[in-house]
Amino acid sequence: MILKTAFKGLQTSWKGLVLTLKHFFEARKSKVVADVKSPNYFDQQNGIATVQYPRQELPVPEVGRYQLDVVIDDCIVCDLCAKICPVDCIEIESIKATEAIGKTSDGSVKRLYAAKFDIDMAKCMFCGLCTTVCPTECITMTNGYDRSFSLVTDLTYHFSDMTEEEAELRREELEAQLAERKAAKEAAMKK
Amino acid sequence: MNFYLLYILVALAIFGFIAAFALFSVYAERKVSAFIQDRLGPMEVGKYGVLQTAADILKLIQKEYIVPTLADKVLFGLAPIIIFLAVYLGFVALPWAPGLVPASMNFGVFYVFAIISVEALGIMMAGWGSNNKYSLLGAVRSVAQIVSYEIPIGFAIISAVMIAQTLDLQVINQNQGVLATAPVQFLGFIDVKAVGGILAWNVFQAPHLLVAYVIYFIASLAECNRAPFDLPEAESELVAGFHTEYSGMRFAFIFLAEYAMMFLVAMLGVTLFLGGWNTPLPNIGTLKLANYTTGLFWGIFWMMAKCLTVVGVQMWIRWTLPRLRVDQLMTLCWKILTPLAFLCLVISGIWKLLLF
Repeated sequence: MILKTAFKGLQTSWKGLVLTLKHFFEARKSKVVADVKSPNYFDQQNGIATVQYPRQELPVPEVGRYQLDVVIDDCIVCDLCAKICPVDCIEIESIKATEAIGKTSDGSVKRLYAAKFDIDMAKCMFCGLCTTVCPTECITMTNGYDRSFSLVTDLTYHFSDMTEEEAELRREELEAQLAERKAAKEAAMKK
Repeated sequence: MNFYLLYILVALAIFGFIAAFALFSVYAERKVSAFIQDRLGPMEVGKYGVLQTAADILKLIQKEYIVPTLADKVLFGLAPIIIFLAVYLGFVALPWAPGLVPASMNFGVFYVFAIISVEALGIMMAGWGSNNKYSLLGAVRSVAQIVSYEIPIGFAIISAVMIAQTLDLQVINQNQGVLATAPVQFLGFIDVKAVGGILAWNVFQAPHLLVAYVIYFIASLAECNRAPFDLPEAESELVAGFHTEYSGMRFAFIFLAEYAMMFLVAMLGVTLFLGGWNTPLPNIGTLKLANYTTGLFWGIFWMMAKCLTVVGVQMWIRWTLPRLRVDQLMTLCWKILTPLAFLCLVISGIWKLLLF
């Protein structure tokens, strides 16, 4: 009875030990880092699986949905993305233009300046809702996933291309226009 | 005066060896585990990560000694010293080569066996002194395990000692090769005193010692708290077991003792069963391989080669077998290993009575 148990124990242990020994000797070669779409991807069953990340990278699809990117020239500053964002990571400050600024690439008329268009990637949860609501498709998800920073504040991406002076100038213009309109309205009331 | 200088030099040499071995084997262990699990292991510090353990020890040296507020400060501080000293002193009696043994004593086996059981005391002090439930649980498990496994390990050692007829480790070594002073018989009846080599090893002089060696090996894994008997420091259950609260050099010494213990039990097993510093190559006719490969440096070489192989097997087993449950651990010890070891002991007795 004891002998049988002991023998069985050794036998089953040996089975496991052979398995690990096989892996130990197969570790002489590494798997080649390959795209999952490559035809012989699943032929690589043995060998070291580690991807030494900063030096080797797994190919990601071109349409990967990782970090956000904004083409500010196409943005009409509608604020829809900021409104739908579940974690409120998008912050937009708009200034009304005195006249139509121009057109986006899909033909929408731009009437607002984006004085501020910040996305806090530390808060972003990569749900992609902002990209679906965007009427001009200017906010997109890219295949970039490996940006790292030493400062948390660097994780806030600034997409607005307006300088502070320019924004101030636009504000003054808007105020001047409003004042002008108000004066015109008052003048009309007096008549 | 020179007398004492030699003592100090020998002590320093053993300590240096333990430190170097620990550095090497921690690196080896990480690489072995990585390869078994299809990983790469340390790769960043130095080429292929060879300086990883040097960096680790530099970090440990710089670390603060943290003593928990409610710890028993005396026990807490003494425990790593006792744990390390118990293993360190064990190396004193183990022979390295013909004529090379730090302290030749005629009760070497008994001394080594006695001194390494002091480690259990150190572990208990560490666990109790930390005043932490995980540490205490780990220490209780460790002591229960070490005390239990001393029974089969003792029986296995005695069955080898009965064949060798001496407690002096150097004499046990000598009688397993071409330098033997006692009759050497392969399988008990073929005289191989002039042939030597692998045929003269204790496991081949009396084949039941092969079983005894397997028992010794399994029990020695439990003695040095290694997987699959690593219940005292079961990471998934007890954080880190009895050394949970230790940091800095105190932790380093516990770790050092653990790896030194691995080598110590390997060395004792090799000495008792696998021919110690004797060569595995036999004399074949006029080709006196055994005579060529016996000597001071060959002795050290064979000893290191055999011990490192055994340590390699310990690592291989650690990264293969899952941890035993407490009851399974005790079942294995008391219901399987102890009776089998006792059987080996009885066979040894009959062997000696009938064959000589």
